[in-house]
Amino acid sequence: MANNKFEFEAAYRLLENKLEELKQLSETLNCDFTNEIANVEKRISQLKAERYRHLTPWEQVILSRDLERPMTRDYIRLLFTDFIELHGDRLYGDDPAIVGGIAVFEDRVITVIGHQKGKDTPENIRHNFGMPRPEGYRKAYRLLKEAEKFKRPVITFINTPGADPGIGAEERGQAWAISQLLLCLSGLRVPVVSVITGEGGSGGALALTIADRIIMLSNAVFSVASPETCASILLRDVKRADEMAEALKLNAPALKRLGIIDAIVDEPANVNLLEATDFVAGLRSCITKHLDEVCSYPLDDLIRQRYQRLRIIGQFHERQL
Amino acid sequence: MPVFKPTFKTKKAYIDLSGINKSPLSLDSREGNFPCPACSAWISEAEIIKNNDFCPRCSHHFVVTARERIYSLCDEDTFEEWDLNLASCNPLDFPDYDAKLDKAREETRLPEAVITGKAFIGGMECVVGVMEPRFMMGSMGSVVGEKICRAIEGALERSLPLILSCCSGGARMQEGMLSLMQMAKTSAAIGRLHQAGLLYIAILTHPTTGGVTASFASLADIIIGEPGALIGFTGPRVIEQTTGQKLPAGFQRSEYLLQHGMLDIIYPRLEMRSLLIRLLTAHQGGRNGQ
Repeated sequence: MANNKFEFEAAYRLLENKLEELKQLSETLNCDFTNEIANVEKRISQLKAERYRHLTPWEQVILSRDLERPMTRDYIRLLFTDFIELHGDRLYGDDPAIVGGIAVFEDRVITVIGHQKGKDTPENIRHNFGMPRPEGYRKAYRLLKEAEKFKRPVITFINTPGADPGIGAEERGQAWAISQLLLCLSGLRVPVVSVITGEGGSGGALALTIADRIIMLSNAVFSVASPETCASILLRDVKRADEMAEALKLNAPALKRLGIIDAIVDEPANVNLLEATDFVAGLRSCITKHLDEVCSYPLDDLIRQRYQRLRIIGQFHERQL
Repeated sequence: MPVFKPTFKTKKAYIDLSGINKSPLSLDSREGNFPCPACSAWISEAEIIKNNDFCPRCSHHFVVTARERIYSLCDEDTFEEWDLNLASCNPLDFPDYDAKLDKAREETRLPEAVITGKAFIGGMECVVGVMEPRFMMGSMGSVVGEKICRAIEGALERSLPLILSCCSGGARMQEGMLSLMQMAKTSAAIGRLHQAGLLYIAILTHPTTGGVTASFASLADIIIGEPGALIGFTGPRVIEQTTGQKLPAGFQRSEYLLQHGMLDIIYPRLEMRSLLIRLLTAHQGGRNGQ
């Protein structure tokens, strides 16, 4: 990944430059520093990895939005075979912010649905920055119903800033489309596993995250509203979004503690996830493990458990009467 | 602070405004008069009360409290409040949340942003939930989600119809993902209600937005809008700011939604009770198989 997302990266770059100078110097002076140089190189990369393992919630928000992160189509290509994309909601249109279809995962035919962002600005405009419109939710809805009919397990990939904040989306019943999807997923009679791969933004993300198991990448986030929105509404200062990112408890470890997600897949520090074979293998085995588990339950138990998972979420005082 | 005081311990007059601070109006007060937000006419609070919370000039529906609404919908002295012992905590240790809760409790004299319970409407028994706009904008956190769920479960246990009067700014940010998940939790519970064949009527009042609209509010068998109510997912200001587009006239108002096929019917508040009675009667009381 590009090395200029965070300010702290400048310091490491400085160190790396110095090391490069030392290498050249050792050549010109004809002295052998090979061991020392190797040691320093190793130390720098250790320090860097360590720093990446301790990103602040706000840094994770920035990283979760990185356009170089793999998108749903990348995960489909990496993890599945024989993907057949299915388009359209059969009511109004085909939403490019949501991709869906049939694929094969570890010898199982599954239905896959996920948010799709673009890799650059023109592509992102085409995909509406991964912000679904009502037709996107309705496409997901009909694909889910189809999965149920043919008893195919469902895997969803979550990566969206949120629902589309547009006039057309409201006119076509965005809220109605989202609630229909929540209702549909909560009672869908096939196993569902969700993977939060990047930005889990509000209702637009939640609409695809009602599942029997929720897996989250270690630098993904999932939040009721973006830290910027919270900062501008609650603090009236959008520049204090970093404070809100901290307060919202939106990263994977915090959400695991709150009982909202089930598993975290570690991302390697500072490398392109697409090329990190260990990471891809880890993600594959995590999805397999959870999918195998939920596929082994009798359907009625599965639906009951899914309901219970949701039913117990919430914290409050209950005074004895 | 009387957080846990039962809401309807003593019998009250039909509309009791004593001690209720109509703060959104007071902001613009000029010698006890307020400008109507719809027609800008200057009216006095006494006039509004006399006119059942409508603008005497343009019939604009002023925001009424949850208590007032229960009185206007239910048969007298039949409302039995449930779960009034549930109160919000601060699960994320969110800055200023405790103070905001205290302030809301003090201002509304309610423990949370929704009142739920059982009542009779036109002699027909039903489960009723009414959201309180002044309690942190009727936002949905753990307690609102839990009380709505328990109301749904109460309806299921007793085979009763459910009537929810909705009003909300959306999910409560201060409880983070716990709030967002209440959308899923309430929607799942509504799914059970539908499976059981029970009637669910939602009344969408001004304003119903965000996570409440995108969950239980839009999942009713019959969705009624109050005249002029703002109903939608994203708030109009956010849409204007992010898209830079000028919003069409009447955008996201009940009438606009009816035109776009999202509401079943628009009904004035004063006649809401009679509409509910007619709907309940048409569904034989809304009880499954009875």
